[in-house]
Amino acid sequence: MSILITEDRASRRTVIWRMVVGLLVAVAFLIPYGIMFFGSLKTQAEILAIPPSYMPREGAQWSNYLTMWDTPETPVAFNLISTIVISLSATLLVLLVATPAAYYTARFKFPGKMVFMFLVIVTQMLQPAVLTAGLFKQMLAMNLYDTWLAMILINAAFNLAFAVWIMHSFFASVPKEVDEAAQIDGAGKLRVLFRINLPLVWPGIVTAVIFTFVSCWNEFAASLVILSTAENQPLSVALTRFVGQYSTAWQYVFGVSIVAIIPVIVLFMLIEKRLIGGLAAGAVK
Amino acid sequence: MSVATAPKRRSARTSAREGGSFLSALPWIGPALLLILAIVVFPAGYMIYNSTRKISQVGTDLEGVGFANFSKVFADPALPRILLNTVVWVVVVVAITVVISLALAQFLNKPFPGRTLVRMAVIVPWAASVVMTTTVFYYAADPNYGIFNKFLTDIGVLDEGYGFTKNAVPAMAVAIVVAIFVSIPFTTYTLLAGLQAIPNETLEAARMDGANRWGTYIFVILPQLRGALAVAVLINIINVFNNLPILKIITGSIPGYSADTLMTYIFKVLQFDRRLDISSALSVVNFAIVLVIVAIYVKTVKPMREV
Repeated sequence: MSILITEDRASRRTVIWRMVVGLLVAVAFLIPYGIMFFGSLKTQAEILAIPPSYMPREGAQWSNYLTMWDTPETPVAFNLISTIVISLSATLLVLLVATPAAYYTARFKFPGKMVFMFLVIVTQMLQPAVLTAGLFKQMLAMNLYDTWLAMILINAAFNLAFAVWIMHSFFASVPKEVDEAAQIDGAGKLRVLFRINLPLVWPGIVTAVIFTFVSCWNEFAASLVILSTAENQPLSVALTRFVGQYSTAWQYVFGVSIVAIIPVIVLFMLIEKRLIGGLAAGAVK
Repeated sequence: MSVATAPKRRSARTSAREGGSFLSALPWIGPALLLILAIVVFPAGYMIYNSTRKISQVGTDLEGVGFANFSKVFADPALPRILLNTVVWVVVVVAITVVISLALAQFLNKPFPGRTLVRMAVIVPWAASVVMTTTVFYYAADPNYGIFNKFLTDIGVLDEGYGFTKNAVPAMAVAIVVAIFVSIPFTTYTLLAGLQAIPNETLEAARMDGANRWGTYIFVILPQLRGALAVAVLINIINVFNNLPILKIITGSIPGYSADTLMTYIFKVLQFDRRLDISSALSVVNFAIVLVIVAIYVKTVKPMREV
């Protein structure tokens, strides 16, 4: 059984124990999503039945994944579009704004650099919920209340700090001599960034982009207060409208959740290895 | 003084790295700076200003009232219970999360076939929307059609379904379980990163000295984990303190403020009472507490070292 030989030369018994515990741990973390998935395949009558059944008994209702887009509680299709537009736009904005800032602060000294980086660190520790009361009044005053633009700016601003921080550490790990050689050859700063650095730090950029996107995708507190029209709201806010109703259409809540969760889980798994590296650098929150 | 002597200390090689003036840095950091100033710093200041104003329910600024909003907030009979809830909420969630995550990180650091898959499973609640994860728990805890209640009656723990989410105390307990569940992935990964940074020689040396497992853990591993532990504890405190969706979904239908924390209370005042001035004053108190935690973070974790 060579598969049971591990690098720390643990006994076969120990390795089998580890696998058993590992399986239990995995099950514990996946159970809520299993309930979500099997629940999304039940009929409305079955999901509200007393007593409930663990698995769908009347056959899997895959049709729920078609009918859930047209339900009286909330315009789900619009909510999905809002989530996609806000998350993609905010992520793009973060990428455009954070990359040059991270590159410049990692490479050059300038007066005010420490103040700027301090501002970045403090921002990284804040979340929209802390300042929602201020943001609400600000967006009213700026005539941006109940607009996608407001949430794109808010999501971008609060995720910018993380992106600057993690890209900063990647840029800083590129040997400075590489830059200097290019500069001696007469390349301008922009050229050095695009031609020399970006190809070397793309893993850091991918990590920053995915992390920002997932965090925008899941944002709740500011969207709840700043987006009032049902069609404008992202899924995170829209789904709470189902909760607390007399007979909640849980099968739709869960179907929509599964559709919304799977892509971000896949994205997160792509950067799993680098999350550990980023955490060691103190960049991820 | 320092301006005159600084260039001397730098070698000729590093002088090529000078970016020069703040103005020459502006095209590069300007957009980021503008976004932070406009959407983080400005609303913070505006919120402090609004906390000293009287604002109508439709958002019109009526007049300055000094600290009247703060006196109202501190005289609020609901406040002591809300503050107590907040302290219990943060302390219990963070303490249990850290203890479980320490054990889990230790386990996930040991090699075994399928470890990557287990790590992937642990990451899921981190990626998934907290709102969506919480709705499953809320549904499952329903006394009539909830699956957890069905499970508890099936294994004989309960005689009949219990309304976990119907009263303040059990509902808070369910919310605490959910908060721990969604906080474990980040915490475990942070501690795992800390464990992987411990040099193997340190552990070998401890084993050579004849230290037993617990001795090694307490006297060798834990001290090396201090940095990762500080990051995990402080970021968790901020995240749990500022969490809105979990309590909003699980205890939101309970009347009154007996199951509210400062954050859920702020949103109730903002959304349902439409008192922008009072919620601004509450938010300022909340913001001040967050800034204290950030200050502790900057002081203990020293993130500026790497700049």
